[in-house]
Amino acid sequence: MIHSLDAVIRQHTFFRGLEERYIEFITGCAKNIRFEPGQYIFREGDPADQFYFIREGLVSVEIMVPERGPATVQTIGEGDVLGWSWLAPPYRWHFDARALRETRALDFDGKCLRTKCDEDHDLGYEIMKRFTNVVSERLDATRLQLLDLYGVRA
Amino acid sequence: MAYVLDLPAMTGPVADPMVPVPYRVEGVKRETHDTFSLDLAPADGAAVTSFQPGQFNMLYVFGVGEVPISISGDPGNCPAIVHTTRVVGAVTKAMGALKRGDLLGVRGPFGKPWPVAEEAGRDFLIVAGGIGLAPLRPALYTLMKQREKYRKIVLLYGARTPEDILYRRELERWRGKFDLEIQVTVDRGAAGWRGNVGVVTTMIGRAQCDPANTLALVCGPEVMMRFTLMELQKRGIAQQRIFVSMERNMKCAVGFCGHCQYGPNFICKDGPVFRLDRIEPIFGKAEI
Repeated sequence: MIHSLDAVIRQHTFFRGLEERYIEFITGCAKNIRFEPGQYIFREGDPADQFYFIREGLVSVEIMVPERGPATVQTIGEGDVLGWSWLAPPYRWHFDARALRETRALDFDGKCLRTKCDEDHDLGYEIMKRFTNVVSERLDATRLQLLDLYGVRA
Repeated sequence: MAYVLDLPAMTGPVADPMVPVPYRVEGVKRETHDTFSLDLAPADGAAVTSFQPGQFNMLYVFGVGEVPISISGDPGNCPAIVHTTRVVGAVTKAMGALKRGDLLGVRGPFGKPWPVAEEAGRDFLIVAGGIGLAPLRPALYTLMKQREKYRKIVLLYGARTPEDILYRRELERWRGKFDLEIQVTVDRGAAGWRGNVGVVTTMIGRAQCDPANTLALVCGPEVMMRFTLMELQKRGIAQQRIFVSMERNMKCAVGFCGHCQYGPNFICKDGPVFRLDRIEPIFGKAEI
């Protein structure tokens, strides 16, 4: 089924409750994008000027470990948000992101949205609330991973 | 109208629930580096006692001790009764050393089961962590046997590493049938692993279930269950439709000794499967 960009953004839980004028602005900052299996979406240290909604596929967030190769920290799948380094200085990616399968996503121009958020703090607060939720969920997940819950002593 | 769903009646235990019945090991299967499954059948050639998904038996390794172990086999097809165990202590270590033909004592089955048989027309969201998949496997067998009675069935399973994935071949076979959605994730990936990495709770939001019509069955380490329950409720699944399997130090298995007391409940008799709203006030509390 083909949905317009506008419809996809409206239906996404991330933007639920956002004012109409903001939805329109955000839609103007978005485009569809596709990644082939193995293709890097972003690389550690590169400027972080985007974020993504994964519509289909699977993305590995990884870090290069010397003498070991890439280590996957987490995978991001359908419906998930990828990337928040565009929100905080120095606006550089802290990890690599690589498509594990063919992946379709919405690519948001974070730089454009960041500028708009600086100008309109109501929008900035709404965006920050939503990303705080994403960060909080990821932090919880990371803490659980660190607990090694399925280990014998857990 | 408020939705009320209760647990089914439990299957009656053997005539004298305190007396172990000799069972013979019919088969041993290494599942992972530290888990194994035992196929057990009565030593006297009698039929295996029937059980319901989610129930457990007390397994007695003679001269070593007795432990509660969930039944992990198919309730509708049990020439032998299957238990999947991880080596964590003296008894399970001794159990892991048993070979085909060895004897051990069995008491049971005990406890309240998962409410699967009578819940036709629903979506099922099954969330398992680690060895917690074992007590959920009989529920999956039951659901798959009458697949047409249910709507979506989603299994979300989290393991420590790819090598720790239980029943791997079976999961692959079920996934290949296309009428059951299975998502597996590991806490730590490994070279060659192309699947999900992250805790099982991160996959709950991706599951395509109708929250108003979903029954959730959850089993795993208690911390994992706490976060799973938060996620399920965040997605709109009511406590009356969430069931968890609890684990405590069960000894008598019939509610006499009090070892497994959990607030006003005994895990062995009133559980191990509980409807969440029945235990919510005490769930996750450090002291009750």
